[in-house]
Amino acid sequence: MSLLIPILITVIGASTPILIAALGELVVEKAGVLNLGVEGMMLVGAIVGFLVVFLTGNHYLALLLAAGAGLLTSLIFAFLTLNLSANQTATGLALTIFGTGFSALAGQGYSARPVTLMSPLFPPELATHPVWRIVFGFPAPVYFSLVMVVAIWWFFKKSRLGLILRAVGENDLSAHSIGYSVIGVRYMAVMFGGAMAGIGGACFPLLLTPQWAEGMTAGRGWIAVALVVFSSWRPFRLLAGAYLFGLVMTMELYAKAGGGPLAVIPAELWSAMPYIATVVVLVLISIRRDASTNAPACLGKPFLPTN
Amino acid sequence: MTLSRRNILKIGGAAAALPLLGSRAFAQTEPLKVGFMLIGTVNDNGWNFGHDEGRKFMEEQLGSAVTSTVVENVPEGPDSERVLRELAQSGHKLIFATSFGYGDYVLKVAQQFPDVIFEHATGYQRADNVGTYNARFYEGRAVCGDIAGHMSKTGKAGYIGSFPIPEVVMGINSFTLAARKVNPDFTMTPVYISTWNDPAREADAARAMIDQGIDIIAQHTDGPAALQVAQERGIVGGFGQGADMSAFAPEAQLTSIIDIWGPHYTKTAQEVLDGTWVSDDEWPGIADGAVVIGPYGEKVPEEVVASAETLKAAIIAGASTIWTGPIRDTEGNIRIAEGETMTDEQLLTMDWYVEGVNPPA
Repeated sequence: MSLLIPILITVIGASTPILIAALGELVVEKAGVLNLGVEGMMLVGAIVGFLVVFLTGNHYLALLLAAGAGLLTSLIFAFLTLNLSANQTATGLALTIFGTGFSALAGQGYSARPVTLMSPLFPPELATHPVWRIVFGFPAPVYFSLVMVVAIWWFFKKSRLGLILRAVGENDLSAHSIGYSVIGVRYMAVMFGGAMAGIGGACFPLLLTPQWAEGMTAGRGWIAVALVVFSSWRPFRLLAGAYLFGLVMTMELYAKAGGGPLAVIPAELWSAMPYIATVVVLVLISIRRDASTNAPACLGKPFLPTN
Repeated sequence: MTLSRRNILKIGGAAAALPLLGSRAFAQTEPLKVGFMLIGTVNDNGWNFGHDEGRKFMEEQLGSAVTSTVVENVPEGPDSERVLRELAQSGHKLIFATSFGYGDYVLKVAQQFPDVIFEHATGYQRADNVGTYNARFYEGRAVCGDIAGHMSKTGKAGYIGSFPIPEVVMGINSFTLAARKVNPDFTMTPVYISTWNDPAREADAARAMIDQGIDIIAQHTDGPAALQVAQERGIVGGFGQGADMSAFAPEAQLTSIIDIWGPHYTKTAQEVLDGTWVSDDEWPGIADGAVVIGPYGEKVPEEVVASAETLKAAIIAGASTIWTGPIRDTEGNIRIAEGETMTDEQLLTMDWYVEGVNPPA
């Protein structure tokens, strides 16, 4: 089927920013922190990424500075929730509102300025055949997201630091009592999550549509947060989930543009598909009472050492 | 005077009455406060940008007689009701609500503020203090369709729509009718994405269409994302919507439809200042300068420009036959009989597609 390759290319493009942001949030939540500010941090990453490309033309510098901008934004959240023990849910929501407003302000007057899309990482000679395009035809963030899936899996499964981070997320008081810095570990996790959200956001002007538009992430940050739950906090399931969501979002468009049986489903229902899928998975998880949802035990709770 | 409760009330009452006296005394110099409620941001290079340009034009024309306030990013839900009420309470006597979905809220708030005048763009519901206005974008769409009919090699076009409301359906039909007059086999596939502003989704929709053989793309969403993809993929091209988008797609933009709201805003504000405003429906088009065909792209051959200009001239002269029968629907049934022309009423409630459109679910 000649459409398979183009569909896959579009699916991977649509899934990558969500996957990158969700991987960051996965690490944050594994450390026991719930940061609902992903959408806001992505928007900050998107505007910074756009501005850097617009001013310098360098896409790699744009990704780097977008990561830095996401990280700085996440520090606001880290300070409020970790040092001052502010409510994580409310602070995360506030961070999204802040990121939306800040990016709109910073982007004022730049919406009429086109930039260029990021070129593929490998030389085009490698990607001449459609099948090789799937392997070699993408810009760097796509490969980065896949490497990060493996790296984060390895980090939690095999590394000592990963074990400490999980301990902090599962039982902060115990981790604290044996001498680990709960706040320190959580700071690192939140900053990592911020940097990843920044990169994910920068993918919008760099990979998907080379322009700045207010609110251009259009709710993908929320999908990233939902995906972490969807994946039961497992990196490879997160990869599968992100591509599944990308597939659902993309298949709708291909079905509508080309007709066929899938086109019979109304557009409104297609738009609701990712949310419906999330609810279904959450219900399925909660039906299996025996197996826990795998959520970190300290998720969303402030760390208040008694002594 | 002792500050008893009673005295405080008296002072308060007197103070409260002062502005009333003041507004009488200085009525001549107080500018008319005009509010604008937008669905997106003025930086979108499209729909909202067009309305803001209109607002600026009005301010330039009327000078100190008016001041204006813009509220951006107001969703078409209960939020719009709150914004309308706030604008009315803060002394705005003329309020423009510029998206279709605001309609019900405009009517509701207008009942509560009978001395405030509301104007709703692209709507159809009016009241004593609520007027409606729109522009005949379909005239511009017909010109685009004529160009598309000449230039498409595959004879297949795609249309990224926001919502299947009459305003959008009308544009799709007008485009398709004009294109099929040039190429009777021309087909049009609309894809609705259920949002006015999600550039990544617009771009993906454009990719999905191009992968399946369309080589002309049109959009009724607020930004240039589809045109950027047209440029990136090197298809025949597309059309700017609401504004000239050639900066985003210098080769792919064949022409654009530009909305000019300034004269309407100026005229309406002047009527309110003069006290001559009455609720009505205004629907100007190319002939009135409310819809402008932008510059033609370099790719468009001379004879195609000539054909487009001929159609434009016919529209201006009132001799255009866009909506004159026979017009068939997608099932092949005659909806408009030969020689009959659709009325504005029929256009504004259009919920069916003409022959040549692959009807969406």
